[in-house]
Amino acid sequence: MIKQTSSFTHIQSAEGMEITLHGDIDHHSAARLRSEIDRLLCTERPKRLWLNLSAVEFMDSSGLGLILGRCNLLGELGGEMILRAPAPRVEKILRLAGLERLIPIEAGKKNQADGSY
Amino acid sequence: MNKRGLAANTQNELKLSFPSLSVNESIARSAVAVFCAQLNPTVHELADVKCAVSEAVTNCIVHAYRDCIGIITLNLRICTGGWLRIEIRDRGCGIPDVAAARVPLYTTDPEGERSGMGFAVMESFTDRMRVKSKVGAGTTVTLFKRLDGRG
Repeated sequence: MIKQTSSFTHIQSAEGMEITLHGDIDHHSAARLRSEIDRLLCTERPKRLWLNLSAVEFMDSSGLGLILGRCNLLGELGGEMILRAPAPRVEKILRLAGLERLIPIEAGKKNQADGSY
Repeated sequence: MNKRGLAANTQNELKLSFPSLSVNESIARSAVAVFCAQLNPTVHELADVKCAVSEAVTNCIVHAYRDCIGIITLNLRICTGGWLRIEIRDRGCGIPDVAAARVPLYTTDPEGERSGMGFAVMESFTDRMRVKSKVGAGTTVTLFKRLDGRG
């Protein structure tokens, strides 16, 4: 069994849902994330989804496809997406593709205790 | 050839061949990162190189060997002046129109959620990119990046 290089966690609140992606997002890992996240979105149908990118260690253009695809699905389900706290190297590729014109990007609130977002 | 049996202007060289399995995307970019660590790159330079290599290898897997598993060959060279040269070669289907394929957002696989940004990322994250392709014979992408430690 080859170990997985990516995963996600989610929490739900009164305002909506937050999905946090962890690890490396490439073509290999995106396929599995895509089907698991879609299942969650179709079941929960959040009105607002924050996609937290602060724990993404690596992302290439497969990540752009993953984000855009989920944004489109969410739109069909009547919801909206906001990207949260991308690291500078992730934000670089988001902006190269002009994603900020389609999906709002929100800076993260830094956790003073451990420095994480 | 110079004294060390390397091509002119080449200080070190590494060749890697692997099958076009998607699990090898992360292995390929990690191998390139380890190789170019000799040039003492910054964190940003290393991130750029890893991303560019990941795009090139993914293209081979998704497009060149769309319906089969083939061999991808990486040829890495450290050249004089702090230049890293990365050649990514496949013997897959080839690209009929390289100029069109290099245009940002161009993709032949929208169902696969490909963003069409592969070549744009390679070009933007390196100093120079060369693409040679022949339909039915394969594609060779060569990336050049100067790792001068200044970001």
